[in-house]
Formats: sequence, C-alpha cells, structure tokens
Amino acid sequence: MKELKLMKGNEAFAEAVIREGVDAYFGYPITPQSEVIEYLMLEEPHKRTGMVVLQAESEIGAIHMVYGAAGAGKKAVTSSSSPGISLKQEGISYLAGSELPCVMLNVVRGGPGLGTIQPSQADYFQTVKGGGHGDYKLIVLAPASVQEMADFVEDGFELAFKYRNPVMILSDGLIGQMMEKVYLKPQKPRLTDEEIREKYGNWATIGHKPSERNIITSLELKSERQEKHNQKLQAKYRKVEKNEVRFEKINCENADYLLVAYGSSARICQKTIQLGKEKGINIGLLRPITLWPFPSEEINKMADNVKGILSVELSTGQMVEDVKLAVNGKVPVEHYGRFGGMIHSPDEVLEALEEKFIK
Amino acid sequence: MSNNITPEEIIKNGTLVFEKTKLMTDAHLSYCPGCGHGVAHRITMEVLEEMGVGDQAIGIAPVGCSVLAYDFMNIDMQQAAHGRAPAVATGIKRLYPDKFVFTYQGDGDLAAIGTNETIHACNRGENIVIIFINNGIYGMTGGQMAPTTLGGMKSSTSPYGRDLGMTGHPIKITEMMATLPGVCYATRQAVHKPGLVRKAKKAIRKAFENQKDKKGLSIVEIVSNCNSGWKMSPVKSNEWLEENMLPVFPLGDIKG
Amino acid sequence: MTEEIIIAGFGGQGVLSMGKILAYSGIMQDKEVSWMPSYGPEMRGGTANVTVILSDERISSPVLRDFDTAIVLNQPSLDKFEKSVKPGGILLYDPNGIIHPPTRKDINIYKIDAAFEASKMKSSKTFNMIVLGAFLKLKPVVEMENVLKGLKKSLPERHHHMIPMNEEAIKLGIAKVEEVHKI
Repeated sequence: MKELKLMKGNEAFAEAVIREGVDAYFGYPITPQSEVIEYLMLEEPHKRTGMVVLQAESEIGAIHMVYGAAGAGKKAVTSSSSPGISLKQEGISYLAGSELPCVMLNVVRGGPGLGTIQPSQADYFQTVKGGGHGDYKLIVLAPASVQEMADFVEDGFELAFKYRNPVMILSDGLIGQMMEKVYLKPQKPRLTDEEIREKYGNWATIGHKPSERNIITSLELKSERQEKHNQKLQAKYRKVEKNEVRFEKINCENADYLLVAYGSSARICQKTIQLGKEKGINIGLLRPITLWPFPSEEINKMADNVKGILSVELSTGQMVEDVKLAVNGKVPVEHYGRFGGMIHSPDEVLEALEEKFIK
Repeated sequence: MSNNITPEEIIKNGTLVFEKTKLMTDAHLSYCPGCGHGVAHRITMEVLEEMGVGDQAIGIAPVGCSVLAYDFMNIDMQQAAHGRAPAVATGIKRLYPDKFVFTYQGDGDLAAIGTNETIHACNRGENIVIIFINNGIYGMTGGQMAPTTLGGMKSSTSPYGRDLGMTGHPIKITEMMATLPGVCYATRQAVHKPGLVRKAKKAIRKAFENQKDKKGLSIVEIVSNCNSGWKMSPVKSNEWLEENMLPVFPLGDIKG
Repeated sequence: MTEEIIIAGFGGQGVLSMGKILAYSGIMQDKEVSWMPSYGPEMRGGTANVTVILSDERISSPVLRDFDTAIVLNQPSLDKFEKSVKPGGILLYDPNGIIHPPTRKDINIYKIDAAFEASKMKSSKTFNMIVLGAFLKLKPVVEMENVLKGLKKSLPERHHHMIPMNEEAIKLGIAKVEEVHKI
C-alpha cells in the first residue's frame, strides 16, 4: 500500500532511499541538503533494513566510500550541494571510468565558489558535460516535485545497474526544501550477500578464488587498451541516448511559443503558461526529465511548429546551449533566468518571453 | 636444453624447495630490481593464504608504484584514487564486516594527499588493515619529494636537499595514528633483511588476526628503499636505509 | 479553488510551523498543497517567510510574485509584502510593533492582535494559532475538523497534549480578527 505524507524534498529522498533497500548512504552535511543525512540518522535505518548510514570526513571521503561499496555490488547513495559536489568530482570520474552503479543527489545552490545557499540551476554544465576529468557521462534525472525526489531513487538505481553507470539526481534548494504531498512506496528488501553474488558476482569485488577474481579499476596504462575502454563506454552511452530519454510535455499542442525548463524552473513555467493564457498567448512547456540523455530529437521536432523557444533556467544560460544544438537554427532560441540564488517568478518569465519574441 | 623442462617436471623430481603463494599471480613484477614492494606483496599474500582467507579478502590498490598491485595480488581488488584507499576500504568493510579488507599504500598516497582519509578511517576504528610502504620518495612519478623525505635528502623537487624550514619535517604518520583510540595496532617494520622479513610477516599476520577478532584498525608501516628514486644500487640503498631512514623511522611496535 | 498565501515574520514567531499546519490541514481536506520556505541564516532571528498553496488542482509554481493573501507579522514583512497582494486580495497583520500601517486601498485589510491575545493566554506558543484562526475566519479554505487533524499530524506525539490549547487559540483568532479597510 502506498503511504501519503507531507515531506520536504530532501526528506522524501532520504525516506525513499531506505525504502529502495539501499545498502549504504555516505555523506557530509551542507546546506541546503543536510536534511538528507539528518533524516537518515534520526530514522535509524540500520534498525529497519540494516542499511549503513555514515557521516564521512568530507565529501571526498563520502564519494570514495560509495566507490568501495558500489565496487562490491552494493546499492550506495551520496548527496550534497554544489560546492560539495565539486569535491566529489574526482570520485565521480573514477566511478564512471570503473563503470560502477550508484545514485547521487545534488541539491544545487548558487555559485561560483561558496556562492549562496539559495536555489540555483547553475550546475547543469558540471553535471551534464562532465565535471570530472575524462570522456564520461552521468545519467542525469531532474526532479520537479517532492514526489519525483522520492520516485527517482528507484528509477535511478534501475538505470544505474542496467548500464553500470553512476546516476545523478540534479535537484535544487527549492525542490529540496519545499514540502508537498508524497506517496511513498512500500519497503523493498535489501539484497542478501548471496543474491549479490548471484547477480553481480561476475564483476563485483566480494571475495573470490584467484581463478574467478574481479578487479575494479579505471586504470589502463596501455593507450590502445584505454582507447578500447573508452570506445566501450561510448557505445554504452549511445545505447542510453537511444533508450532512456525522458521528458514531459505540457500544453504543447498548438503552442506558439515553447518554454524548455527542468526541475524547479519547470514548475514556475507551468504557472507562466496559465498567465499567458489569460493574456491570449499560447505557450507550451517541454520539461526534460533526463538532462542526459537530453531530449534533443523532441525539441528539434517541436521547433517546426513554434515561433520561438525560451530556455528558462536558474542560471546565466547553460541548458540553452543544448536547446540551440537541438533546434539547429530552425527558430530563435533565447535564454531567460534569474541566478545567484534569485528565483524568477512566473510573471517574470512571461515578461521575458513577451520582450524577446513578441514586442 | 633446460628449456625442455617444465616447472611441473622439476617439482616431480622432488626438487621443490620453495613454493610461491597461489595468491600471487605469475605476472612479472613491475617494480625495480631490489625494491621492497615485491617482498611486501608476497608476505601479505602469504599471510592471507596461511589464514585461508584469500577468497574472502578484498584489497585496495593506491596510486603510486603499487597502483598495479592488483596485477600481482591474486585476489579481488579495487583500485582507488590517490589517497582515498581508506575511504574505499570503509565503504566495503562497512557492508561486508566479515570479509578481510586491506589497503596497500605508499607514503605519498597515505601521508600526503590521503592524510584526511587515513586519519578518519583510523579515528573511526575501521576494522581494516593498512599496509603502508614508506620509502621517503614518490617513486612512480620519478622521485619527487614525499612528506616522509628526510631533511637534506635530495629528490627531483628538492634537488638541493629537503629544506626543513621550507617544507616541514618528515612526517611520522604511524606514530600519529597510534594516538587514536580506533587504532589497535601500529607498528613499523622493514623487509631489507631476511630476519626483518620474518618479523614484518608476523606483524602483518597480527594485523589480519586483529581484523578477524574485530579489534579495530591495524597499521603496518614498512620502511622500504627506492633505489631508483634514491639513485643508488639496491645494495647501497639498503645500507643507506639502515643508516639514514631507520634513525628517523625506528623499527618496532608503536602500539598494541 | 486555489489559495496562494505568503506568511512572513520574525524567525521564532512560528511562521513556518503555521504554514505547515495549514498545509497538513489542506491534505486532510484532500487538497493539493505546497509549502515553500525561505531558508538559511535568516531563520535564526531574522525574517522568515513561507509560501503555502492549497488547490484542488496540481500546483504549478511553488514560487510566486503575487498572493491571494499575505499574513505579515512584523514591519519588515509588511513593507516587503503589502505590494505583493493581488488587487482584491487580503492582507492580515498583527499591529504589535507596526509603526507604518498598510495604506493600499485596492485590497482588504484586517488585523489580529495576536501577540496581545497570546500574552493574555499566558502562552506565546499560541501566537501563530491565533493568527491562523484569524486567517481561517477570512478564508475558510479548510474546515476546523481538518485543521485539528492537521495539527495532530504536524505536531510530534509528545506535544499532542497541547492540541486543545491550540484549538482554543484558533477559535480566539476567529473571534478577534478586525476589519481595517474593506474595498
């Protein structure tokens, strides 16, 4: 039976992590996501499922604990906010290079540097375009509600283990801190060590005889082999791009203008659609749910039927580059967004749309 | 002529006097001739074999000369980012409390970039073993100064000798870790003489027995040479180790 | 029905928890709800505010520029949010400490002397419930029985003995709210 609660996004994520049957959470407090580890510590999931929750010495420590656990076939989670995610980039690159599954959460705040603790979407580039070193991709899910903060834990692990690839849930301070209704799924059991051996024993380091042993590494000193390894990664990424693009379309039929926005901005833009209607402006919204793989094809198709596209982000304009690549010059693409922790209101988005395309 | 005789035939003839542990692969060691790493690898694997826990062991390779330790140690292994091995080991051991988890790290990895991970794994009393090879230099990257480089000792980043006023003193990390309640056993050993090898192996055995008994973290430092980095012959480097390293890093148990 | 509310005051006045109780009450009445707080250092002694939306439909933006109702509990919040009330909307304030009262003529303005009433009840903790009562009198978006259910849900069990006192405070707020300006 599903359970209805009023929860903050951060808390819903934490509760969903327990119910997913996750084996371990390793994290380090940082605003605005400290509720994740606080909730987990208070809930004592080791009593509910045997799950391990550990406050690490740093974000770096936490991500490498995730690496160790993931390399041993366990479901491991970490979460942080922008400056902390910057610290984790080393480990994230290693996780991607070693093809390890895990789910991470970034409750984005304004930057650069120590920035601000208020919501932002300025970590798009970091998350989608790399962040750490090397040619790798994270599968990136962008929740736009407290419900999705919970649901994407399960979705994230499905994708992570399907492709043996780290998954990032890219949220922000707004979704993390707000409370909404959330339907929680029933508790899933954690996999036993025997089940892990059966499912992942062919790659995970869980103790083997010499003849069957596994090695988790991203190192290959012979360039020919490192190139092959990269080709294998790229082939996997093409598969993800083909199969896993997710998006939501709102009011897109007969829309004259299209907003492209994810996460909290997508929520704000839904109100903009209503405000537009009141003024006789027909606006649609395409909300990418996966930021990588990006719904380029869909945006390109939609560009055939609208007069202009506005990429709305809480940043100085990052996703807009991907929107432009997708549209490939068919129609004008513009960016609008407040940043540095400021949040645009639905009215401001509408004003920007009018100014850029209508006036 | 002798090419026609296989190892198996030699053994059949009853001439076997020494058998390499099955927990070492047949791969050629990538270490320089005369380097202590090979011995340290072997005695670690011998201990796991003698305890009968090779298939329950998970090792963590560092960044440094022993980055490829997993090519030689014939067990499940993970390769960690520079300095992060104790955090990686934490992630594994917390979820597999009955497995034998150890890190194998050099001085640059453990005592410089990974100091934070080292201190906090020790402080939490993670029930793991740390094998710490201290040769006072960064071997793999070409002989740069390490945190354990001796005062006045030359390296490629201290070409005129380490200036203690500028770069600080050789860090005695094992003594530091011994002060933490989470550490049950801290010892300093060496492997450049047969007697010392036997002692070092005993220390490693004790460390893994501690893990079996869930006593907390054991750190076994092995003072080793780096004849390439020190730019000496293997024999000369061992003499130099005795004369210069051991007065600063004296051998023996520090705790437990 | 959609009701978009901003509640603002000093940290410690129970602004966030009042919003939370309102949101929980909404859930009890089968409504969609969102509760979006200002967060961070301003919560510790500075100004705090929370946007609460109750609706019969899926809630779009949890962040708004204009509100149906603004509940303001100190001067800085009044200065900031008087202009954010939609024309024809409601501004409810506590006159305690207000030296520049609201001046708009295109909105309905009410006051509730909640700090004073709470001091008479000898419990500063009832302050925000008196304000909530006043709001519910003006905008009966949730029924009393659901407010009580919401209270029960949002308060930890160890505080459940305080529910009767809170109920009394809500009723006091309903009785004491005063009209200041009506369009």
